[in-house]
Amino acid sequence: MHLTLLAIDWVLLLEKAVLISIVISVSLVVAMYETWGERKVAAFMQDRRGPNRAGPGGLFQPLADGLKLFAKEEIIPASSNRLLFVLGPGLAMLTAMMTSAVVPWSSHFELFHRHVSMQIADVNIGILYIFGVVSMGVYGVMIGGWASNNKFSLLAAVRGASQIISYELAMGLSIIALLMVTGSLSLRTIVEQQQTGHYYILLQPLGFLIFLVCAFAECNRTPFDLSEADSELNMGFHLEYSSMKLGFYLFAEYVNVFISSAVMATLYFGGYDIPFVNDASLAERWGQNPVAALQIVSFFVKIVAFIFFFMWVRWTVPRFRYDQLMKLGWKMLIPLALFNMVLTGFLVLLHQNHWHF
Amino acid sequence: MQPLTSRAKAVDRKPMTMWERMYLPAIAKGMSITFGHMFKKKPTVNYPEKTRPFSPVFRGLHVLNRDEQGRERCTACGLCAVACPAEAITMEGAERLPGEENLYREEKYAAKYEINMLRCIFCGLCEEACPKDAIYLSETFAPANFTRKGFIYGKEELLIPHPVDQPEEFAKARGEHQPTTAD
Repeated sequence: MHLTLLAIDWVLLLEKAVLISIVISVSLVVAMYETWGERKVAAFMQDRRGPNRAGPGGLFQPLADGLKLFAKEEIIPASSNRLLFVLGPGLAMLTAMMTSAVVPWSSHFELFHRHVSMQIADVNIGILYIFGVVSMGVYGVMIGGWASNNKFSLLAAVRGASQIISYELAMGLSIIALLMVTGSLSLRTIVEQQQTGHYYILLQPLGFLIFLVCAFAECNRTPFDLSEADSELNMGFHLEYSSMKLGFYLFAEYVNVFISSAVMATLYFGGYDIPFVNDASLAERWGQNPVAALQIVSFFVKIVAFIFFFMWVRWTVPRFRYDQLMKLGWKMLIPLALFNMVLTGFLVLLHQNHWHF
Repeated sequence: MQPLTSRAKAVDRKPMTMWERMYLPAIAKGMSITFGHMFKKKPTVNYPEKTRPFSPVFRGLHVLNRDEQGRERCTACGLCAVACPAEAITMEGAERLPGEENLYREEKYAAKYEINMLRCIFCGLCEEACPKDAIYLSETFAPANFTRKGFIYGKEELLIPHPVDQPEEFAKARGEHQPTTAD
């Protein structure tokens, strides 16, 4: 008994617990300020000023919004399925938070003579894990819409589910092409391969484009926000939700945006790699810890750029009609992704066999 | 059919070309437009902190004027009430008693003077009708109130502060463009 207790690396456990709590609180804070950022970006693109009353530049606006959501009355419709109704937002939030487990936030720190990895779990099937968790996100929408016992919500949920399933296919196919190039499913390995400065966006431009479009669809963001289309479905699957349960749905969306930005930066833009600089030689000169801190900063700059891109698209592109959405997914993105896959396979074979034209 | 304006355009129902079906060129164009708007000057005026200047002929809430010694100018002649197209003004006259010469300029004064701000259309005809320069439209606008009764302004609300006793409030009530005979 007491040997097994000794065998567990308690410090590692503590280290991971700290890292998990940091990652979760950071994603929540980022999601909070995404709401502020979204309103500011929307305002600036429409020649307005945006929130500027609460705190300098409206920076306390998310706190006020959160307080408002907490103070609202919590309504569970009598005709709804209580258990599923409560489960829906919780599931949406859970899946949104779980994805962050395999993202490498930085190389590693050297603290107290320990090698502290800035990744919660370096599983060798990292990408598959992300896919598995992301596809569970559809249950949040589906269960929430169904449990509301409301025609609009059900319609929105069905739409959302079919949309996410259709776009997951193209997303998976675009990732397969990337995996042919990397030869690894581990996100850390993929980032380390890009340390030389050859980001995979250069090798997989078409794959990135497909992945980007599918990421918008997976996050239920405009132009693919059919599941909450306010003008036709009246808020869609979270129509019946109020108070913090609504807040959870909205929050989960923003956490999803954050995480998918992180995944895109990791897969195609070198993750935590500092651009135009050789990180390894920099680490020799300055020591590992400052470089690791800089890498976090560099990663977050990339993530924020992607988040801005998400918002920029949202306030530019109008929503797709449902048939257009399905046509785009099945008739354009999937054939394109297949073509990209075949092309990549061909080029990889050429490269491996040193064939030349 | 004859088009009604020169701007009429027939609806184009041609199927989209390959270029259009790619969506991306059009999206890129739209995104460059929205990005350009981020750096445009914003027309918003931060209202409570900043206000836009009024035109010199702006007609806001009424004030009842005093002369330079702080005596009320109104003699309750009723010309403003007659001129008022909205019938918003009512008044009751009273005779000045000996010893009240420092309060009222002439022998007759308005004991009661009421303007119903809900009826008033801020046309300024009362201001034009007044032979004693007693009523003016200021630069303040109609504030909110909780009851309809609150919009019937009496002398308490209308009278301009005393120029000698309360010079600061007087200057504030006069506003920038407000012409008064007190100076």
